[in-house]
Formats: sequence, structure tokens, C-alpha cells
Amino acid sequence: MIQFTDVFKTYENGIKAIRGVSMELEDGEFAFLVGPSGSGKSTIIKLITGEVAPSDGTVIVNGYNMGTIRPRKMPYVRRTIGVVFQDFRLIEKKTVYENVAFAMRVVGATNKEIRQRVPYVLDLVGLDTKAKMKPMELSGGEQQRVAIARALVNNPRMIVADEPTGNLDPARSLEIMMLLEKINELGTTVLVVTHEKEFVNNFSKRVIAIDNGHIISDGLGGYYDYELEQ
Amino acid sequence: MSSNNNNVRSVRRRKGNRIGYYLKEGFGSVFTHGFMSFAAICVIIACLLIMGSFSLLAINVNQIIGSLEDENVILAFVDDSYTEEQAQALKPQILAVANVTSCDFISKDDAMKSFTSRYDNSLFDNMDSSVLRHRYAVYMDDITLLTETQMALKNIPGIATVNASQSIAKGLITLRNVVSVITIVLAVILFAVSLFIMANTIKLTTVERKEEIAIMKMVGATNRFIRWPFVVEGFILGITGALIAFLFESGIYALVMANLARRYTMTFINVVPLSVVAVPMLVVFLIIGFFIGVIGSAVAIKNYLKV
Repeated sequence: MIQFTDVFKTYENGIKAIRGVSMELEDGEFAFLVGPSGSGKSTIIKLITGEVAPSDGTVIVNGYNMGTIRPRKMPYVRRTIGVVFQDFRLIEKKTVYENVAFAMRVVGATNKEIRQRVPYVLDLVGLDTKAKMKPMELSGGEQQRVAIARALVNNPRMIVADEPTGNLDPARSLEIMMLLEKINELGTTVLVVTHEKEFVNNFSKRVIAIDNGHIISDGLGGYYDYELEQ
Repeated sequence: MSSNNNNVRSVRRRKGNRIGYYLKEGFGSVFTHGFMSFAAICVIIACLLIMGSFSLLAINVNQIIGSLEDENVILAFVDDSYTEEQAQALKPQILAVANVTSCDFISKDDAMKSFTSRYDNSLFDNMDSSVLRHRYAVYMDDITLLTETQMALKNIPGIATVNASQSIAKGLITLRNVVSVITIVLAVILFAVSLFIMANTIKLTTVERKEEIAIMKMVGATNRFIRWPFVVEGFILGITGALIAFLFESGIYALVMANLARRYTMTFINVVPLSVVAVPMLVVFLIIGFFIGVIGSAVAIKNYLKV
């Protein structure tokens, strides 16, 4: 669960990225976070993943208070969140299997656990036949599916996807969105930051719109206001 | 009970897995970043060779000073009125003085023989040994306590006067102090320089892996998990550098020793044999290599762990 209560974030250079944001994302929910460039979307993601701390207000992520959490505890919060980025962030020298297994290795999984779990997750994202390939041998959509498999492999309570379809063509983007929806149906909370108006409007999910550091709309079956882009 | 045993086994398996991972990654990285590893090892070798050469020089200078100090004896002259037997009876009192390690009795006759042997005998043909005094050549443990020892000897009843070469003693003490200070200062500076260069060399390898570290942080790796492979890598580089430096240093030292032994004019130099310095040198090199490698890599990785 994510809970923002009157959150402010001012960076050291004086930029006020977030100004009094309050929102809540329940376990098992699917939501889109939309807004123009510089609106504060990335800061919200960073606040969730603990890359930055709030200047004021409270951010609770899966039961952890991100404003007061000790740095030593941060890895354990991050293990409850799977993050997917626009640029995939895969390790090029490792195979698909190794990229996914790596995330399990990091949290101290045994070889036996890795051998059991990784093929299952690769099958879930439709990459079971490409386990031995390197990321550069895959298409953009496939690389993003590897990133999603990596985010999923430790069975996180939540997936946060930051522009996951930003580098993909419409057909691949649809595949990724459908995959995220499928993951949500399996019980994982999903928060997707996106600019893809069509998906946002067609998927008919909750849409949280942010502009200039404020939440300007938040509703189920949401609608991505076209004027927001201008 | 059985559940507890399973938990313990599971924790051990995870720990074993993790250690295996650290070692595999650490060793693997040494070869994956071959050029950087080579550069780091060369830096360690160069610094240890400079540090080691200067330390060996200092050890030998100390040894030479030590032998010169041993030759710097105090002469304690016995009162004229004492017979040879009475003079010899003073030996226990002299040995009882603090800082005195040994003393040799020199009778008037022996003193005369020693004196005349240094000059043309004919000049002293008519000279009687009674003009000289019985004396003791007194050897000290610590040359810096020369004045105190001299005073204590003077206070022994029967000792008329005590001669000691204060200026030579002071010169030797100053020389030893200067050599010690230079050695320590150089060792500290070179250690810091090695650490700095090592940290920067490893930092260059970490720049390549910045993205990998960021991904590790993102998926929930602890700092310890990220740091250990680098520490293992630094350890391997440090120890390898230390071993190679030791081989080079031993070779150079043996070569210099052989060269000195061949020169007749250098035979008065009492050098420390390689067999004596080899083991301590290896231990010191390994310790320094270990610290440079491990601390250097830990420092290099520090900035990337802040996210």
C-alpha cells in the first residue's frame, strides 16, 4: 500500500517538485499516474522507491515510513517493490535468465529457489524460450518483459512502472500494458507512470493526474485530459 | 525442533551461497577488468618497492649505527693509588651500573701495549707503563643514556675519571633519529599515496559498473552485498601486488648485497642478510597489500552506495 499525506518535496536547488500531495493506493489496485514533463511524476516514483526523502509530510510504502526509515532498512523496503523503467536497465553482459536470477541472488535466494522461480516468471512474461539470449539480441518489447520479469521475480507486493512503454511501438506497448494488467489480476499492486493517452483511456483504470506538484484529478475509470499535455 | 533445524540449514545455505557469490564475482571481476587490475597491481608494486627499499635502507643504516654505537665505549680510569688487584675488584660495581652491558679490564701494561702498537715503538722505548692508569672499557645498552651512565660510573669509589665521546654519541643519535623520522614519514606518505591511487583505480572499474550497482540497489541489495565482491577484488589485487613486490624486492636486495660483497672498500659495512629480513618483509608487504586493496576498494565503492 502507498499512502501520501500532505507531502512536499523541495530539492536542494530550490525546485519545489511536490506541493502538498495526498493520495492512497490500496493493495491490489491498478493506477495510472499521468502528467506533463516536470509535473512531479518522477519525484513521486523516487519518493516511493526511497531515492529521495520527503521535505515534509508522510510517505508510507508497504508499511514503511519513507521519511524516517533508517538507510540500513531501505533494501528491505525495495524488496517489496518491483521497479520497471523506460530504458529497461538490463545488464547487457548477462543473459535473460541471469538478469532475472540476479535480482533473486541479491536478496539471498538459494540456487534451488532460483532454479524453481526464474523459469516460472520467464514463462509468465512469455520469454521462456529466450532465457539464454542476451538483452541486445531481443526486441525492445522483449527487453521490457525481461525487466518486468526481474521486477516480479522476488514476488513484490507492488510494481512501479516508470514510462514502461516509452521506448516501444504501439503493438509492443499494448502487450506490456496487458502483461501489467495480468500481473495486477494475480494480486500485485501496479502503479504505471505513462504518457500513452490511448492506453490510459482504454484501460479504464484509476487515473491520478498531477501538474505543477499538485494532484489535479484522481478517479476510477479515469480519463487522461488531453490539455494536460500542452 | 525439525522446523528449527530446517531454518538453520536454510540460513547456512543462503550464507554459503552468498559467500560463493562474493568470491566468484570478486575473482571474476579481476579478469573481466583485466587492464584495470593490471594497473592497480602495478601501482601497489611500485609503492611497495619504494616503501620497502627505503625501509630496508633504514634497517641497514640502523644496523650500521648500532654497530658503531657498540664500538663507542666509555673509558673509566681507576685511581692511581689502586693496585691491579684492587682495580680488578671494581668490576662488579661497574657492571651494577644501569645501562652497562659489559666491561673489559685493561691493565696499565695492556694499555701501554695497545698505545705503542698504534705508533712507532721506538718513540716510547723508555716510557714506563706506570705513567698510565688501570682502566675499564665499559659497553652500554643505550647510547642516549651516555651522560647518566658516565655520571654513575664517576660516583663509584676508586674511579678517578670517566672519558666518553659525547660528540660522536650525539652524532649517532641524531643520525638514527633522522633516518627513523624519514622512514616513518615516507612510509606514511607512500601508504596514503598507494591508498589514493588504488581507490581511484578501483573507482574506474566501478564507473563501468555504476549501472549494475544502481540495479542492485533498486532490487533491494544491501550495501554489504554490493560491497563484498569489490572488497574481494581489492584483496586479490592487494595480495597479488604484495607478493610480486616481495619477489622483486628480494631480488633487488640480493643483487645489491652481492654487489657490496664484491667491493673491497665496502667490506666494513655490516649489512642485514636477506634471510633475516625476508619473512618480516613478506609479512609487512602482505599486510600493507591487504589494507591498500581492501580499504582502497571500500573507499572507491562508498559513493555509489549512497542512493
